[in-house]
Amino acid sequence: MTAKKRGIWVFGDYRNYFQNRVTLQLLSRAKDLAAKIDAEVCAVVFGNKVDEWVGEYIAHGAEKIYLTDHPRLAVYSMETYTLLMERLARHERPEIILVGATAFGREFAPRVAKRLGTGLTADCIGLDIDQEGLLLQMAPSFGGTLVAEIVTPERRPQMATVRPGIFQEIPHDYIRTGEVVKVPLPEHLPVDRVRLVRSERSPQREQKLEDAKVVVCGGRGLGSKKKFAKLFELAELLGGEVGATRPVVYADWAEHDALVGQAGKQIRPQILLSFGISGAIQHTAACNDAKFIIAVNKNPNAAMMKRADVAIVADASQICNSLIQELKRRIR
Amino acid sequence: MLKMVVCIKQVPMVSELPWDPATGTLQRDLAEGMMNPACRSALDAALRIKETAGGEITAITMGPPMAEEVLREAIALGADRGLLLTDRKMAGADTSVTSHTLARAIEKACPGFDLVLCGFSTSDSETAQVGPQLAEELDIPGVACVDEIELSGGAVRMRRISDHFLETLEMDLPGIVTVTTGHHAARYVPLGGLQAAFTAAQIVSFDAAAVGLDPEWVGSKGSATKIRNVYSPTAGKKNIVLTGAPKRIVEQLFERFDDKIGGAIGKDLKTDKNSK
Ligand SMILES: Cc1cc2nc3c(=O)[nH]c(=O)nc-3n(C[C@H](O)[C@H](O)[C@H](O)COP(=O)(O)OP(=O)(O)OC[C@H]3O[C@@H](n4cnc5c(N)ncnc54)[C@H](O)[C@@H]3O)c2cc1C
Ligand SMILES: Nc1ncnc2c1ncn2[C@@H]1O[C@H](COP(=O)(O)O)[C@@H](O)[C@H]1O
Repeated sequence: MTAKKRGIWVFGDYRNYFQNRVTLQLLSRAKDLAAKIDAEVCAVVFGNKVDEWVGEYIAHGAEKIYLTDHPRLAVYSMETYTLLMERLARHERPEIILVGATAFGREFAPRVAKRLGTGLTADCIGLDIDQEGLLLQMAPSFGGTLVAEIVTPERRPQMATVRPGIFQEIPHDYIRTGEVVKVPLPEHLPVDRVRLVRSERSPQREQKLEDAKVVVCGGRGLGSKKKFAKLFELAELLGGEVGATRPVVYADWAEHDALVGQAGKQIRPQILLSFGISGAIQHTAACNDAKFIIAVNKNPNAAMMKRADVAIVADASQICNSLIQELKRRIR
Repeated sequence: MLKMVVCIKQVPMVSELPWDPATGTLQRDLAEGMMNPACRSALDAALRIKETAGGEITAITMGPPMAEEVLREAIALGADRGLLLTDRKMAGADTSVTSHTLARAIEKACPGFDLVLCGFSTSDSETAQVGPQLAEELDIPGVACVDEIELSGGAVRMRRISDHFLETLEMDLPGIVTVTTGHHAARYVPLGGLQAAFTAAQIVSFDAAAVGLDPEWVGSKGSATKIRNVYSPTAGKKNIVLTGAPKRIVEQLFERFDDKIGGAIGKDLKTDKNSK
């Protein structure tokens, strides 16, 4: 008999499947990692009547699914899911567990890590395998100006939560097949100590910023609410949307909805115009998928300028105004 | 009487920091300490409960000796006492070890506690892991990311927004919540409160031995995660730099990239001059 393959597990966070693709994104990254350490990619799914998601995860690259399907699991439950994950991980000893940094995932992963007595890196913006075969967990540090590479050398599994939008899902392929391992619900499952009294969908917002082909993003360097407001005119001319950094949102120059970054939205425009933004990693981690970046900053050494394709050293507001004029002239 | 514990972390006041024009990074060594904003909300939630239902509040922090400042501030705002966990051995703790340290200290200094309140996350690391791990360590029910909390009998009722759901949850006490900055406005220290906080001796300090920590499970020594390397994400990218008068810069931009920009917005941006 051959030795059992090591597992890279991805928590199957299927709630809000269509808005939240983080599980698929992690399956895709897990596949790359698995190739480097000869491991297999597994999804772990808890729920009731969840065949549809099991099928999706296989179509998106999972080789094996650990599935507990039971009416008791019809709604997400922190305590029960934690218990199930702990038991399964103790039994199967995965090498790595990846969890999407959704609200649920960010509460679930630390509990699982605690029970398994292992480490956990929060909100990773990159994952890789180092020469020793350890999971390299890249996380923002020092106020977002630097990236720290974190490893869990001794304890297992190695665990990380990852922000949605960092990795690209692989397109679904319904020809793919996978093994489904049915895991029964334990017999004496304790009653949840937290009771869900009521749950309703909070109103859906349109996801325009996330999908926009052109995003015009403004930061503190614009100097005032009035100057920031000009970005809307520019965005309109470009058929794009306006994004903002955190200081701008805190100063009420823009709605919280417009926040781009770790605490806000991920964007993937073809063109990103960035005005007066220093380029802290908490902001730029959400811009990794921008195809072409034009940054304007008085400081040529700002991090945003270093990662731009075109770095314009000038006053942000003046360039914004000149762009508006020039575009009006050119668009007829 | 309702016994409440609020976990407070002192964090650098990063938003106030100047940036270094040479490197484009924040000058963190100039940082002053402040109470983490979400911890302030947690304290505010505890104070509201105390105002309506009575009770006593212990503020706990783990950090260097100067972290005592946040305990004084908490007392000035209405907490009854402070517990400072400080020891060189505690430095470098990851979230798992931090929650272990806090849990053992809470059990030791606040036996019979009813409600533990944490901030949802800290502004310097923003892991949001300590609260949920503290729930595991203390083996009590816990809910993270709470916007509103109210006491009803021996239970608490909480509201939060979680992954597009508006949830109302309930749990019996003892329990733990982590509080967002959403609904709890900052309180300001009342005049005289500060004076009282500095003269009265309601602050106790514990080192690792006083908490009764296993020397293997403290600080960086007990932490499972290790920092391997720290780097700047922007090193080595080549790009085009444009300088000069704004009007001229914008002209250059379109001369070189009109196809690219026009393509993205689905419009022809060529002027007669440069169209063929
Ligand atoms: C845990 C955590 C999470 C965070 N999440 C987010 C997030 O989701 N999104 C986010 O944006 N931030 C987030 N932040 C904050 C982030 O670290 C930065 O503080 C923030 O992105 C900085 O915004 P800024 O670039 O607008 O401001 P600053 O850093 O102040 O930069 C302003 C820039 O403008 C330039 N400038 C000044 N005057 C001019 C002028 N006249 N013309 C042109 N340029 C000028 C300056 O050179 C500077 O580079 C987070 C921080 C933490 C700790
Ligand atoms: N050193 C500490 N001392 C006291 N409380 C802490 C400490 N670190 C974290 N906490 C608590 O845990 C919360 C979340 O922290 P974090 O997991 O670091 O984002 C904080 O808001 C505090 O309530």
